[in-house]
Amino acid sequence: MLIIDCPNCGPRPETEFGYGGQAHVAYPADPHALTDEEWAQYLFYRDNPKGSYAERWVHSAGCRKWFNAVRDTRTYEISHVYRQGDPRPDLSKGA
Amino acid sequence: MGATQPQRLEVGGAIDRSRLVELVVDGTTVMGFAGDTVASALVANGALRVGNSIYRGRPRGILSAGVEEPNAFVLVKGEHDESMLPATTLELVSGLDLRLLDGIGVLDQKPDPAEYDKMHVHTDVAVVGAGPAGLAAAREAAATGARVVLFEQDFALGGSLLAQPDDLVEGLPAAQWVERVRAELEAAPEVTVLTRTTAFGSYDSNHVVAVEKRAEHLHGTAGDGVSRQRIWHVTAGQLVLATGAFERPIVFADNDVPGIMLASAVVGYIGRYAALPGRDAVVFTTNDSGYAAAHALVRAGATVQVVDARDGGPGERVAAAATAAGLTVRTGSAVVGVDGDVAVEAAWIARIDADGALVGDAERVPCDLVAVSGGWTPNVSLHSQRQGALHWDDDLAGFVPTAPVRDQHLAGAVRGTYWTEGCLVEGAAVGQTAAAAVGFTREDGCAATDLDVAAVDEERAARAGRTRQLWLVESREGGYATHFVDLQRDNTAADVLRATGAGMRSVEHVKRYTSISTGVDQGRIGAVNAIGLLTRLLTGDDARAIPPGQPGQDERVGAPGSAPDGIPAGGAPRPTPGAIGNTTFRAPFTPVAFVALAGRSRGELFDAARTTPVHPWHVDHGARFEDVGQWKRPWYYPRPGEDMDAAVARECRAAREGVAFMDATTLGKIEIRGGDAGEFLNRVYTNAFKKLAVGKARYGVMCKPDGMVFDDGVVLRLAEDRYFATTTTGGAARVLEWLEEWSQTEWPELDVVCTSVTEQWATVAVVGPRSRDVIARLAPDLDVSKEAFGFMEFRETVLASGIPARICRITFSGELAFEINVPTWFGLTVWEDVAAAGADFDITPYGTETMHVLRAEKAYPIVGQDTDGTVTPQDLGMDWIVSTTKDFIGKRSYSRASHQGAGRKQLVSVLPVDRSLRLPEGAQLVESGALGDYTGEGLPARPIPMLGHVTSSYHSQALGRSFGLALVKDGRNRIGQTLIASFEGRFAEVEVADAVLYDTEGARRDG
Repeated sequence: MLIIDCPNCGPRPETEFGYGGQAHVAYPADPHALTDEEWAQYLFYRDNPKGSYAERWVHSAGCRKWFNAVRDTRTYEISHVYRQGDPRPDLSKGA
Repeated sequence: MGATQPQRLEVGGAIDRSRLVELVVDGTTVMGFAGDTVASALVANGALRVGNSIYRGRPRGILSAGVEEPNAFVLVKGEHDESMLPATTLELVSGLDLRLLDGIGVLDQKPDPAEYDKMHVHTDVAVVGAGPAGLAAAREAAATGARVVLFEQDFALGGSLLAQPDDLVEGLPAAQWVERVRAELEAAPEVTVLTRTTAFGSYDSNHVVAVEKRAEHLHGTAGDGVSRQRIWHVTAGQLVLATGAFERPIVFADNDVPGIMLASAVVGYIGRYAALPGRDAVVFTTNDSGYAAAHALVRAGATVQVVDARDGGPGERVAAAATAAGLTVRTGSAVVGVDGDVAVEAAWIARIDADGALVGDAERVPCDLVAVSGGWTPNVSLHSQRQGALHWDDDLAGFVPTAPVRDQHLAGAVRGTYWTEGCLVEGAAVGQTAAAAVGFTREDGCAATDLDVAAVDEERAARAGRTRQLWLVESREGGYATHFVDLQRDNTAADVLRATGAGMRSVEHVKRYTSISTGVDQGRIGAVNAIGLLTRLLTGDDARAIPPGQPGQDERVGAPGSAPDGIPAGGAPRPTPGAIGNTTFRAPFTPVAFVALAGRSRGELFDAARTTPVHPWHVDHGARFEDVGQWKRPWYYPRPGEDMDAAVARECRAAREGVAFMDATTLGKIEIRGGDAGEFLNRVYTNAFKKLAVGKARYGVMCKPDGMVFDDGVVLRLAEDRYFATTTTGGAARVLEWLEEWSQTEWPELDVVCTSVTEQWATVAVVGPRSRDVIARLAPDLDVSKEAFGFMEFRETVLASGIPARICRITFSGELAFEINVPTWFGLTVWEDVAAAGADFDITPYGTETMHVLRAEKAYPIVGQDTDGTVTPQDLGMDWIVSTTKDFIGKRSYSRASHQGAGRKQLVSVLPVDRSLRLPEGAQLVESGALGDYTGEGLPARPIPMLGHVTSSYHSQALGRSFGLALVKDGRNRIGQTLIASFEGRFAEVEVADAVLYDTEGARRDG
């Protein structure tokens, strides 16, 4: 079971959290300006990297706030946790 | 068997000879001592033979002295019989009544009355295994003041030291040393020592799950409230794995005859239990460790011949000890078969060549015990469950961990350190390192500083390379049908040969083709020997065809599919086991009863049951209930003599012709507040809410970005900045999450807060032409006239009872209807007041079934029943609810190509031509004439195109016939067509009709 460090509540067990998929995929500012393919990209396509992945979590059984985390999909290690709206950490600087 | 314990040695062992314990095995009384296992008591009574093998019915004997046992399984009789317990780990307690099993158990159908529970703890350091390495690690970590949890599956601490209690450890006999460490650990305030506790699962963040046996050994004195078993969830800052190693048997002809036993088990039965497995022994070994069994047997008075498969025999020190003990050693030789059926009578011994083939004649040596050692396999299960890397160490002749998992440590035999002093040094070192990693060091400066781990590494290397990898011994007669690889699954070398002959190249495929390693022992006995056999069977091109990706498999050079390292092109080179790799290790390490995993979450505690404040009334009035999510909702209220259909028909008539009432408290309720609440709802719902007047209500649908219906409900505007939204009963939590997600992640600039108020409000729906009269009596201050209180409006009022209420005029039946919302604690009172106020009109309570019939007659969809995540509002015939002027989540999707033109499934009603036929929900619909000559028997010759399926199906009291709702391809264009419904091998004609079947002009809602 992952221990996830909620930015508001601190380290808590995974069962308190909900998962929200890839982070930094904004709802398009004007969906109607997109082609069908571009809209389909937003709807259905997400990255599936082997390695660091910025993703959304929500502390459902705690503060109920969404936040972002960078998790290594190979090891499940979470290297960064940051608040909704904060920029993606610069991973090149190392965890 | 009797009570004499003929094979019990006069002295020695960790048994308590002052406490005789009686057990019953298959009706016969057997005596043992406290401190025995069932298996050691059997050995002491000369009863090596246990049940027969699972498929071939071959007599089997006790093979091991631990969790790897593949033969000796028992059923323990009791209030709840428990099957497939290894006799080798089952602690001897008084009152045991056992049946020996033939490799398979019987699940007791009676419920298990015992209690089971769970414990969740955090610790700085957890140590798995209390052999010398684990004890040393726990002691060092505990000395720093760190919180330590030590898991030991045995009922005694000591691990390998238990088998050799007289060996000196730090100057003390091993048994005394263990007692000293135990005392130190028990004196440390932050240490928890868990014996009889198996760590069976290892998960992310060092989350270890273990099962503790808590009651049996207390002989029924555990007392009330003490659980029989406990599941421990331990989250450790650092985890030390000191899990030891398992000895491998050797694959030779008839290697399953009772009396053939692992050499380490022989040492254990003699040393720990003073039980002598045989008086005339042959020790057959491929490595130095087998000699310990020879010495133990000699000391116990047995005759011993050693058969050493290695041409050069043992190492210098071991050879000298053998000579000193007067052991007869045959080198370069093997046991090539045994005589005996139910017990070993003699071993056939011959010289063997490099391939394990006989050289010259075999000699018959009478004996009653063959102790075997085919080398050692580190117990890497918990390491591998965390994807810890492994590799084949050809010198150690085993798969060993390459490096510990992050925040984990390995010590002792699990990494191939097979001698006590090495285990102590490694254990102490990782105990210190683990504690230091979580911030603990010894304050007294007394930490052992002379821990020369490098010297241990050197010695391990020096000791390695002495195991002959003897994966198969040829028999005198030829053939491999009794060369057992996996005793529990009754699989032999012949089965492995059959698998490779059938083209299996991956060890995973061989496992599944043969079933090797799929038994209770999970391959502890057979897996590596099977892999070893594959090194003989898969050579040359076959070896190059071994697929990559297995735990412990050598890295491939170049692209996938290229040859594993060490397999040159051409010829017939032999791969090492590393070229093949291991099968995947998974939890649980040893079997765990489901009832233990369930803990107290059984029966009523399995899941929370939510009830409304009116629940006691429903119970008193004979309601039948159905589960909706966690809610208990009244389903229907049968009167004496009524079946469900009769009750539902009566309830429907009351709602359509008089007045009826329903407990609608379970609907999800969410308050949405804030200056931007209207804008927010405009973006979330397909229709507009920003301009909804205060005091008005509106039905709304929300969709996912893909345009598919997600939930629906009625929204009230309570104030400029306050809305009150209802959701489906099952969707309440998801909808709140959905609203919070969008407000937090996409539109944080909007001033909006969402709060669940489901539990705060009770709701009574009063439905039917006479409902206005009932409401007028209940709420005398309210003008309920059609003119003053319009449809989709609500009023705040005070009821005649003085209870404040919010009354809405909304309908989920098409009839004139009101919904009374009151604070939850008034729910029952108001419900009873409604019943009293309506008594003159014969007001009738109704449940969810009637609600479904009434709404289906009006084609009001149930999200999740008539929709399935692929249905748009337009598909439901609700184009009117999709705003053309504002944007909302999902709107863009309606202009996608997939939403244009024909072919979408649309909601329609279906009327069976047989007016009494109620179609099963889920029945498939096909074109009339599409069946061809298909009669419903078996499968059709070719697929028949499906047009859709029935989503709801009832008998309509109002229509006097059965009907259904269905999603049908181009359904609205098919109105009037006849289709075929296919269900349960039957067919029925149905007519497609408009979705709304009752009150199509909507005249009834105003009463």
